[in-house]
Amino acid sequence: MSDNDNIIVDTTTRLLQDLCTPSIVNDAEEGKWPTVLWNALEEAGLPLTWVSDELGGAGAEISDGFAVLKVAGSFAVPVPLAETLMAGMLLAKAGMNVPQGPMSIAPVQPGATIGLQGGVLKGTTRFVPFARSVKHLVVLADGNVCLVAAGDCSMSHGISLAGEPRDDVSFDGVKPLDVAPAGEVSADFVQQLGATVRSVQMAGALQRILDQSVEYAMERVQFGRPIGKFQAVQHNLAELAGEVAAAGAAADAAAEVVADPSIDADRRAAEVATAKVRVGEAAGKGAAIAHQAHGAMGFTYEHSLHHSTRRLWSWRDEFGNEAVWAGRLGRLVAARGADNLWPFITGE
Amino acid sequence: MADGKFRFPAVELGPEATELRREVRAFLAEELRTGGFKPIADSWTAGMSPEFSRKLGARGWLGMMWPKKYGGHERTALDRYVVTEELLTAGAPVAMHWIADRQSGPLLLRFGTEKQREEILPRIARGECYFAIGMSEPDSGSDLASLRTAAKKVDGGWVVNGRKIWSSGAHLCHYMITLVRTAPKEDGGRHDGLSQFLIDLKSPGVSIRPIKNIAGDSHFNETVFDEVSVPDEMVVGKIGDGWRQVVSELAYERSGPERFLSTFVVMREGLREIGADADARSDEAFGRLAARLKTLRRMSLGVGSLLQQGQSPVTEAALVKDIGTRYEREVLEEMRRLLPARPLGQSPDPYGSVLRDGILYVPSATIRGGTNEVLKGIVARELGLR
Ligand SMILES: Cc1cc2nc3c(=O)[nH]c(=O)nc-3n(C[C@H](O)[C@H](O)[C@H](O)COP(=O)(O)OP(=O)(O)OC[C@H]3O[C@@H](n4cnc5c(N)ncnc54)[C@H](O)[C@@H]3O)c2cc1C
Repeated sequence: MSDNDNIIVDTTTRLLQDLCTPSIVNDAEEGKWPTVLWNALEEAGLPLTWVSDELGGAGAEISDGFAVLKVAGSFAVPVPLAETLMAGMLLAKAGMNVPQGPMSIAPVQPGATIGLQGGVLKGTTRFVPFARSVKHLVVLADGNVCLVAAGDCSMSHGISLAGEPRDDVSFDGVKPLDVAPAGEVSADFVQQLGATVRSVQMAGALQRILDQSVEYAMERVQFGRPIGKFQAVQHNLAELAGEVAAAGAAADAAAEVVADPSIDADRRAAEVATAKVRVGEAAGKGAAIAHQAHGAMGFTYEHSLHHSTRRLWSWRDEFGNEAVWAGRLGRLVAARGADNLWPFITGE
Repeated sequence: MADGKFRFPAVELGPEATELRREVRAFLAEELRTGGFKPIADSWTAGMSPEFSRKLGARGWLGMMWPKKYGGHERTALDRYVVTEELLTAGAPVAMHWIADRQSGPLLLRFGTEKQREEILPRIARGECYFAIGMSEPDSGSDLASLRTAAKKVDGGWVVNGRKIWSSGAHLCHYMITLVRTAPKEDGGRHDGLSQFLIDLKSPGVSIRPIKNIAGDSHFNETVFDEVSVPDEMVVGKIGDGWRQVVSELAYERSGPERFLSTFVVMREGLREIGADADARSDEAFGRLAARLKTLRRMSLGVGSLLQQGQSPVTEAALVKDIGTRYEREVLEEMRRLLPARPLGQSPDPYGSVLRDGILYVPSATIRGGTNEVLKGIVARELGLR
């Protein structure tokens, strides 16, 4: 983490406390774009944290971007901040100029591909986050990074468990605004970056549901005392705290290495896989405990707990779920064999 | 708000740690090659070998962080971490010196007299002097402060009466750091009036009876103190400060990698057993376990770095121990699901034998050093719920 991290975290936290309120999150789910929130994020330079000044961004450290995303995850930010950050990184890695405004990336499904022939895109891809809400899409097509005007594509709308846009996008016949060879940006890199970003967002959301649950347990009175005084409730919340801590540690480990090409490829994949598996597990267990502690109140749409828990349930399945990444990590383990298991765990 | 109360700082192990790790691995490989030990599960409680402990002492791998004048090596907490994790994952027999090196030595360093340090620490660092923990009693387990073993003041010292139980290795140890009541409970709060004594287990009036565990081994004991004289110079720290001292001792006791690595050898031998038969199901299982293990290790290294900074990461250690001991059990269940069952009574093969020990020892993991319920209580207190 850079020294900047604390400043960035404080700035982001204050901004979101003011502008990312539960009613803004609810409105966004109804389809109302939070203009004020997005403009404030852009003014603070946050969506382009991962883009250098020369290419039009804020030129901050990778760790700064992940610090922002952890905070954003804790506020259930209902705009494509993470997607714009990722799109910016892909454009920057390909040396392309980066436009203002919200962006997203495609394809996002493991194994999905888009073609580029004679300067024209071909193919349809599913579940693109916020596709209908963004100005530009950054598309990996046949070894190229392409900047595409979202308005040029045809879409059919879908939503995630959290009510966020996940749209199917057809690129057939679309001519990109800009194209450059992808270089180190591979389909696998996009999966790893996405998995890490979702892990970091989940780590933030998990911290939020822990805070909310502890607060609720101290306020809600039954049998004449706060429910947090009951040992069964205490133990559940202690278990949640453990999951939150583990998720934070695993997500940080992936964030440290995912965008650093100087690090051994298998080691990078192992850290990313570890994060998506461990944080995904924490998301499932953690959301269940938080709901249990909140009783019926937490099951209402009125209460904001679901802003975080529904995002946890959707994010854990995106860019490969626990089964996908555990399989990949297990193959790395099996290929090395028993005597190299410990060296593989320590990385040396 | 996005980073909570619990701190697990990221740790970068430097080139010196890498070199040290290489040395330890080379040593262990050589020991294995020459039959110096057979890898076992839970080797930090089940593997008693004075000979092996002395070899580690000779290499400078005990008392690593202590000042040189007490026979230590003035290395960092993270260097010590590297050595201990390598020994544990090899399944090496480190039980004999484990408690002395982990907690009794550091306790004496912090609270002991100059004479106690000069006489005892160099012997621990050589791998020649072993310690038992004298906390639990028949009627005082989780509720340690209720203990009844008591000391009466006499001229020049104290006379101790009472009994301690579950004291690991006491039958083979030289000393027990014994928590006793030196002032009646009525005189203060329940944590007042406790003190720690360094008791020579050869003293007249001490009798030690081994207790067989479910694995059939006799590692822990009942130790009875019948009119045992303890000279004033064997008091550790201050009379009446026993509770504060024991809390700091527990931070060492709970914070190490032995709280999640006790069944590592079962995972390793399970992987060997599966070998070329690895398939999608086993990959996913090993992947999940590896993800948990890597995460636990990162958290545990964070605890190590807090210790290095001189902090007492009590809640972080409790958290890692709670998750870590449950992971130890999960390793066994996962291996059982993946591999064909076999009768485990007669330790048939390397995998079967570590699995057997793992299954029979793992129930103790969530009890010893503070039960998981007690640990969750510590975490809940930090959350502000109690
Ligand atoms: C292998 C092994 C080695 C050991 N070595 C040593 C040693 O060297 N020296 C030493 O001093 N001790 C040693 N111990 C003892 C150990 O510290 C105690 O077993 C432990 O503190 C629990 O005490 P207990 O066994 O009396 O269980 P109890 O305290 O009687 O607990 C029984 C059950 O009740 C639960 N319980 C108790 N109180 C509460 C509460 N307030 N809320 C919720 N649940 C509660 C516990 O969590 C547990 O599940 C060892 C134990 C084992 C198993």
